[in-house]
Amino acid sequence: MVLAFFVRGPIVDRVSDEALRGQTIVGGIALLLGVFSISQVHWRRIASGHADRGYSAILLVCLVAMAGFGTVQGVEAGGVFDWLFERLQAPMMATMFSMLAFFIASAAYRAFRARTITSAILLLTAVIVMLGRIPMGQYVYDGLPAWTNWIMTVPSVAVQRGIIIGAALGAASISLRVLLGIERSYLGRG
Amino acid sequence: MTFFHWPHRPACCSAIGTVALCLLSRSALAADEAAAATGYGLRLERLNALVFTLVFAGVILRYIRRAIRGEKFYMRPLPGLDAVDEAVGRATEMGRPIIFVPGTDDLDNIQTIAGLAVLGRVARTAARYRTPLRVPVLYPLALAGAQQTVQQARLDEGVMEPMDAETVQYVAGESFSFSARIGGMMLREKPAAGIYMGRFAAESLLIAEMGQVAGAIQIAGTAEPEQLPFFIAACDYTLMGEEFYAASAYLANEPRMLGALSGQDVLKLVIVAVVVAGAVSVSFGWGADFWQALLAAK
Repeated sequence: MVLAFFVRGPIVDRVSDEALRGQTIVGGIALLLGVFSISQVHWRRIASGHADRGYSAILLVCLVAMAGFGTVQGVEAGGVFDWLFERLQAPMMATMFSMLAFFIASAAYRAFRARTITSAILLLTAVIVMLGRIPMGQYVYDGLPAWTNWIMTVPSVAVQRGIIIGAALGAASISLRVLLGIERSYLGRG
Repeated sequence: MTFFHWPHRPACCSAIGTVALCLLSRSALAADEAAAATGYGLRLERLNALVFTLVFAGVILRYIRRAIRGEKFYMRPLPGLDAVDEAVGRATEMGRPIIFVPGTDDLDNIQTIAGLAVLGRVARTAARYRTPLRVPVLYPLALAGAQQTVQQARLDEGVMEPMDAETVQYVAGESFSFSARIGGMMLREKPAAGIYMGRFAAESLLIAEMGQVAGAIQIAGTAEPEQLPFFIAACDYTLMGEEFYAASAYLANEPRMLGALSGQDVLKLVIVAVVVAGAVSVSFGWGADFWQALLAAK
């Protein structure tokens, strides 16, 4: 696949496509491992009378119901699977996502306490950016949107690019270590 | 380039250098045009990436070779990684589990591999002190990888009992369900330490804030610039970008891996020099004509 990235040709392209297809098939089969793992953990909890066995029972019922309706009826709009997804799963996912707003507030409260010079700079920068992003900021001082724009496009982007370049080199380095067999910690060895 | 002056370069490095020079020459372009007629040839639009890859590989190999010969390389301290043992020790003393999340992506993402590499070290320390470890994963292939990693670490530490099914478990196939499950785990099991190493998206703050509520010491590492502020705000230690990729080498303290990191630093210096030269060129209005004239004058 590395070769196919740099070299074109029927055989190279075909081998690369087959490798990708193989990866998809392995990923699909591996899903069974996941289903086995989740079923095993929660079935044991129910069988052993664990305090949270009620949650485990709900999870297993939902797992069987979604898989069953999806297999028997299909996943098209109007079916039971679609109803369960749209009316139960999607709202629950949206609820989790919405909780981010509260978590951002609590994390910001801790991060923005001006106990040191650096956290004071962070606080000041955050106040400028937040005020510059809302209409009220312009009424406080009409230069705030320009300041905000400068902060977001110059220092912020410069730092992000630095992190991205470092991370890209790090990714290439660890990839090489894996390919050469030097890095084997992810297999529990080394 | 010092790479080509290496006195005892192995055959592979020589081949890499030769290929790189060939690729830079015009003859390579002509050969590619001829080859295009047969359906085979280089993807010239990716030539720059190929040259950089070959040079990068050559420099890394050179430094690995130097490390094998016994040369010592300096590695600056990373407090976040020094805290890993502290976190495991805290969990052992408190008799509470450690939660390790190897990101929310599959094994085909290099960040997941880097996360599993750190998991290997953490699992080994946890097995040594018989500290409970929880590794929730989002993808089945990552599950297989994490199971293998933890099992091997336990065997290396002489733990022969079969691994509990709850140690490494598949939790969900969707990131917010995954976050909800980890949140429940945090609040019910009250882990002493939370270690999050891998690729994260919006769930980063959900997980880290839940860990904060549970009172866990938290160490995070990711190469996603968008998620770093969340981890910095919510965790005790954060490994940013390249620090995260260097984590396994740092923890292993193995010469070849440290050599690879030093080679990476050399290339970083080269990139910094190019960035500075580019900034100076743009600032003074020196375009391509200026540099061509300078080279011609030489």
